Amino acid sequence: MSMKEPKTTISVQELIAEKSNRGLLALIEKIMPKLLFLIAAVSVLTTIGILFTLIVETGIFFSRVPIIEFITGREWYPFANSTPTYGILPLVVGTLKITGIAILVAVPIGIATAIYLSEYASRRVRKIIKPILEVLAGVPTIVYGFFALTFVTPILRSMFPEISIFNAISPGIVVGIMITPMIASLSEDAMNSVPNSMRDGAYALGSTKLEVALKIVLPAAISGIVASTVLAISRAIGETMIVAVAAGSTPRFDADLTGSIQTMTAYIVQVATGDAGYGTTIYYSIYAVGFTLFLFTLVMNMLAQYISKRFREEY
Amino acid sequence: MNYINHEQVAAKTKSRLIKNNILKGLFLAATMFGLIVLAILLFRIVTQGSEYLSFDFFTRFASRIPENSGIKSAFLGSIYLMLVVAPVSMFLGVGTAIYLEEYAKKNKMTDFIRINISNLAGVPSVVFGLLGLTIFVRYFGLGISILAAGLTMSLLILPVIIVASQEAIRAVPGELREASFAMGATKWQTILRVVLPTAIPGVLTGSILALSRAIGETAPLVVIGIPTILMFTPNSLLSTFTALPMQIFDWTKRPQVAFHDVAAAGIIVLMTLLIIMNSIAVFIRNKYQKRF
Amino acid sequence: MTTSVKPKIDVPEKEEVKKNKSSVYKTEGLNLWYGTNHALKNIELDIKENEVTAIIGPSGCGKSTYIKTLNRMIETIPSVKTSGAINYRGRNIFSKEYRVEELRTKVGMVFQKPNPFPKSIYDNIAYGPRIHGIKNKKILDEIVEKSLRGAAIWDEVKDRLNENAYGLSGGQQQRICIARCLAIEPDVILMDEPTSALDPISTLKVEELVQELKKDYSIIIVTHNMQQAARISDKTAFFLNGEVIEYDSTDKIFSNPSDKRTEDYISGRFG
Repeated sequence: MSMKEPKTTISVQELIAEKSNRGLLALIEKIMPKLLFLIAAVSVLTTIGILFTLIVETGIFFSRVPIIEFITGREWYPFANSTPTYGILPLVVGTLKITGIAILVAVPIGIATAIYLSEYASRRVRKIIKPILEVLAGVPTIVYGFFALTFVTPILRSMFPEISIFNAISPGIVVGIMITPMIASLSEDAMNSVPNSMRDGAYALGSTKLEVALKIVLPAAISGIVASTVLAISRAIGETMIVAVAAGSTPRFDADLTGSIQTMTAYIVQVATGDAGYGTTIYYSIYAVGFTLFLFTLVMNMLAQYISKRFREEY
Repeated sequence: MNYINHEQVAAKTKSRLIKNNILKGLFLAATMFGLIVLAILLFRIVTQGSEYLSFDFFTRFASRIPENSGIKSAFLGSIYLMLVVAPVSMFLGVGTAIYLEEYAKKNKMTDFIRINISNLAGVPSVVFGLLGLTIFVRYFGLGISILAAGLTMSLLILPVIIVASQEAIRAVPGELREASFAMGATKWQTILRVVLPTAIPGVLTGSILALSRAIGETAPLVVIGIPTILMFTPNSLLSTFTALPMQIFDWTKRPQVAFHDVAAAGIIVLMTLLIIMNSIAVFIRNKYQKRF
Repeated sequence: MTTSVKPKIDVPEKEEVKKNKSSVYKTEGLNLWYGTNHALKNIELDIKENEVTAIIGPSGCGKSTYIKTLNRMIETIPSVKTSGAINYRGRNIFSKEYRVEELRTKVGMVFQKPNPFPKSIYDNIAYGPRIHGIKNKKILDEIVEKSLRGAAIWDEVKDRLNENAYGLSGGQQQRICIARCLAIEPDVILMDEPTSALDPISTLKVEELVQELKKDYSIIIVTHNMQQAARISDKTAFFLNGEVIEYDSTDKIFSNPSDKRTEDYISGRFG
């Protein structure tokens, strides 16, 4: 036996031998990974649930409305009494109008902000501005919708009287404001990961900050910037409350921005808040529109992932 | 012969510097744009809404008359909704993060789960509404209830919580795990007693930020079909209910301008809740930041 | 260079090594691979109880790998493969029915970098007993005090047991880690370069502590510091390229090594 003298009255090893329940611990070791796997599977089940929901209900919709009419139709009059028509193009056009305006607002402002924060701003300024941008990104979309309808639209109308209460421009601008922080912060991340040695090389040749930013940093970070823009487009396409509040509910297949329009998301809201009963064609139409929306955003998200993976700069 | 004429360079430098300064001003202006918009937005809402904001605003139900309108049912509904969303989303989110960071083997299945999570994060919230309407409200028969809406919202913010928890768990130094294993601890004991307690500030910060997104989220509630005018407060998980953003949406849509001011009062309450949650998150982040 | 091969290190007088101590660790034909890299080659070592055994050698010689194999911590690296046997108190630690948790309850470890948990000092020390099912507060109190005294840090921390261990200095943190290890009263303590991250004064304290602990524990210590090995160990094993070149009493190794490579190493020719 060991030559240890007992130092105190208790022997920890004996207590351990008496108390510890190795059988139970071993059982837990076996069960936990499986349990946690089941929990992790919930996220996969969610995707399956979304796909299942959209596919099944859209299937019912297409059993009543020809798929060709849905994809190519230029008229969306589901509420017409005699002959409702379900051509989705007007809703897609509405979504594109909003997205286009939003991108025109958000890309220049977002990238300029990113350049300022990553190339010009002092550490202190950055520490103040970044949390404010986070707050801006965290403002609920219904608040932005309220802002569009009660502030931006009246201002636009006082400058251009031909704009109606519901229009594409005001919600488009506000959606742009909403996605600006996203572009700014993701682009800034991309610019920050450009190594300083590249900047130093250019500075040593006598470049100004602007030249370094535009000719060195921007090209080096371009894949991150493009990916952030694509993600922002996806967000703009899926944005719901701003357009539901401020864009109106008139599906139109034209290029007019001043009048009431309707996007895919706003249509879903219109039906959900209306009195279309369960089982009607209108009810199923929101799934077909939702499915279209889902495909649009999925393509954009995958494109963003592809860009940032495929064109990731190796420094 | 010199290729570079230094006099010319010097002359040009001046214009290059001017250009630099002009654009710096433009970049700064763009940065300030966001701040100015936020300031205007807050100012507008406070000036519009403060008139209707009173103690009674919290104790009254919605009404046909702007002066009599209140957020009693909406405010309580939002709180109850969070009482479902917080435990469900954190349980699922932290569990998934533990699985991915501590147990998952490097194989196709794990890759698939990861890719799936990042794609799920990009699904528009209105589509989650369709999921909730079909699966929870109809198939599960939960009706237009707190539970149905809470589960939908939980799935909506799940990717955010998973990613934040993964980062927090990944930041726990390997030496701490080693120390625990070397004491004879099992893997689960190590996770429960060392990894999670060390990661909890990061997990909480991310979760609170995700919850603050859920509390302002409107579109899924609209699609599920929760009512806007409700003259009672919910008394069980299966009660129907309304929520703050839903109430704000309803008031915003009304043609009477007075209701816009009521909506602004509701927005003040919502934004105050958000700011409180964000402050707690920032407080936790700063208090427990990087101690190893 | 001089042709003198006398080691420059003074070897302190040691009490005479007692005969017929029993073995704690008997390593027989141990081989270890990281993927295809053969890191330990046919190791044979017989480590006795209540001694300090130092393992020295240049970086990459396998000394850290070996000590991490003794409590199977090496298995946290997925690509590791082993063959041969390590018998701890007569039982092969690689055998299927030997649960790794059980082994590690008997064999404590102190790491290169102090790694206290981000918990209170008290909770750090109580960690081991708690995971092994001891919940009684009075017993825990007693264990905590005894362990902190055992690690010669009780007087420095007794008034702030509830403070976070990260508030302590590096040297104190390392002694907390030693106390944490003592709390489950292990049979053997493995120390993997325990002073490499410490200042000279903290190093001295840990070395004194090792001398003290030797009375109750068997200690195996990996060190890159030859003076340290000479100062504190009874036996020394010299590792080179994954092999044990020489294993003998510390006095012998540092005064009259039998292998030329040992001599070169301790006289500072390489490493």
